[in-house]
Amino acid sequence: MWYFECFPTPTINTVTPDIATQEASTRAQAAPSRDDLLRMLGTLWQIRTFEDEVQRLAAAGEVPGFPHLSTGQEAVAVGVCSQLARDDVLFTSHRGHGHVLAKGSDIESTFAEVLGRETGLCRGRGGSMHLVDAANGVLGATGVVAGNLSLAAGAAWAAQALGNSNISVVFFGDGATGAGAFHETLNLAALWKLPVLFVCENNGYAEFTSREEHSTVKFVRRFAEPYEMAAITVDGNDLLAVYAAAGKAIAGLRHGEGPYLLECMTFRVAGHFVGDAQRYRSKEELAAMREKDPIERLQQHLLQSGVTQDALDVAGEQARRTVLDAVQRARASAHPDPSGVLDGVYAAERLNTTNG
Amino acid sequence: MSETFIEILRRALDEELTRDPAVHLLGEDVAAGGAFGVTRGLAQKHGAQRVRNTPISEAAIAGLATGAALCGLRPVLEIMFIDFTTLSLDTLVNQAAKYRYMSGGQLAVPMVVRTQAGAAGGAAAQHSQSLEAWFVHVPGLVVVAPSSPAEAYGLLKSAIRLGDPVLFIEHKRLYTMKETIAEDAELPAIGRARIARTGEHVTLIAYSAMVAYAHQAAERLAAEGISVEIIDLRTLTPLDMTTIAASVTRTHRAIIAHEAVRNGGFGAEIAARIGEELFDELDAQVLRVACPFVPIPFAPELERALLPGADNIVRAIRTQLQQGGAPT
Repeated sequence: MWYFECFPTPTINTVTPDIATQEASTRAQAAPSRDDLLRMLGTLWQIRTFEDEVQRLAAAGEVPGFPHLSTGQEAVAVGVCSQLARDDVLFTSHRGHGHVLAKGSDIESTFAEVLGRETGLCRGRGGSMHLVDAANGVLGATGVVAGNLSLAAGAAWAAQALGNSNISVVFFGDGATGAGAFHETLNLAALWKLPVLFVCENNGYAEFTSREEHSTVKFVRRFAEPYEMAAITVDGNDLLAVYAAAGKAIAGLRHGEGPYLLECMTFRVAGHFVGDAQRYRSKEELAAMREKDPIERLQQHLLQSGVTQDALDVAGEQARRTVLDAVQRARASAHPDPSGVLDGVYAAERLNTTNG
Repeated sequence: MSETFIEILRRALDEELTRDPAVHLLGEDVAAGGAFGVTRGLAQKHGAQRVRNTPISEAAIAGLATGAALCGLRPVLEIMFIDFTTLSLDTLVNQAAKYRYMSGGQLAVPMVVRTQAGAAGGAAAQHSQSLEAWFVHVPGLVVVAPSSPAEAYGLLKSAIRLGDPVLFIEHKRLYTMKETIAEDAELPAIGRARIARTGEHVTLIAYSAMVAYAHQAAERLAAEGISVEIIDLRTLTPLDMTTIAASVTRTHRAIIAHEAVRNGGFGAEIAARIGEELFDELDAQVLRVACPFVPIPFAPELERALLPGADNIVRAIRTQLQQGGAPT
């Protein structure tokens, strides 16, 4: 795993300077306060618990389809999304539950969508891979790898054309760099100086095949260079590192400095999808990965900065309780009525599928 | 004043750009007028930000238009040839078409993809196809194929105002066709066919460039006392079965004509619908006039030999009239 070459020992609050390529912005970012960090710790726990519940209920046959979990990647979601405004727009991949929650979408409605309920964000029409929460700026997850990088660029173009200060953020995995749409979009975004933040969660695997077997290009940020796009690689399991780098990138975007590629080296703890036995990974790799756990690392940092173990326990317990309660409510909520299955394909009533 | 198809498209785009600041044009070379000159002068008039050149990146620009449509713009994307929509399919099929439904109605994609199809002038196998059948197969997409300049003017404006993703297919052979448009004409409704010629003996269903051949065939047969009703579909999805049913119920015969290959062509769908819904009305088999299952060749004599035209339609109508007794 290239992660270990890059970050051999667990680090705290380190933006490794020798692997930053171009720093577009030198704006100083305020470090997060202790309260901010405790809040973010709570969100990390919320995502972790949400994913654990999806896994548990999927195994019990209660979740339709094949959800993809972001367990282990929570620090990327929280480090970036905690700095977005509600009107900033977010696009994500098939592994997007964490991003949606970190952006502030309602936990119960998000879980209900994963369960395919009428009470879900998309009334059960979208599911785990197609989460949309338009009112909260979540414009969509996609089930196609690299499928919405260009949509995120388009949203940024709209912001540019309409003259508002919104930025657009898209999360994708390193597997997306194999797709032509990734390269086309980077070129276009750089050319038009679009306010779009490309966040690569480089978890070392594209589905079931390691990055080493996918590409000669070790770091995804390298793809930014030919387009003269600012880029950096950070330890994606270090919330403080992600937060600092994302803050800088977002400040630059808001000041019209053009797109930014933020590469976060991280781990996909729960495999490609729920049920993936991960036989393609060694025991050593799985064990080493757990030592990098982003929640544990943030807790260590907070303890060192004077937060008590009790305070950490309370934050964790509160977050877990919030999610478990929301999951219970989602599970008890209404299923969609099959009589509505034909509705809503087109805008006008007469453009309905029955007239297809 | 009569105008060509290209001039009329330009006028419609110009008027929509003026009417609604959300309308933006984008595509390869569009600021310079586009490969066929449709957008000539519009960047100068409306600004390079609203008539915007893109790299040759059909995958990304389809996504760019879709993402912008989600966020308040009404993009009109030009994909130079329908053959190149193959490169945009992920966005068009998996994203744009599904957003409204998949989001439970939270979002919509008010976008028009103008593209140009059909065979003419030795454009050969990768610049001549009629691929509309692929797109009519996708719920959520609207597919419009105008048959003349005046039709294109109204349909393009209606498409831009619709609020759902529209594939707007222009036939390259129609680009030089001239017509005068009525200044006070109402904009046509998307999803409604029109009776292009009334007749009694057979219903001839066509769209795009085949409508002109349908008229030629009908003229020739009129001299023999055969009265042909022509339906110009205008919109392929959603299909206006109401208009088709009303006509076939009167004529009891139906023929579908399109330039696309017969296999899996849209004619198959229309024929099946007529068979399912109007079987008792029929006095004869439903027939199709279409291109054989062959790529479009380069040499002009080969291209001419392959493409269906008025002769093929006349033959089909004569064949059909020999079935099931004399027309009533």
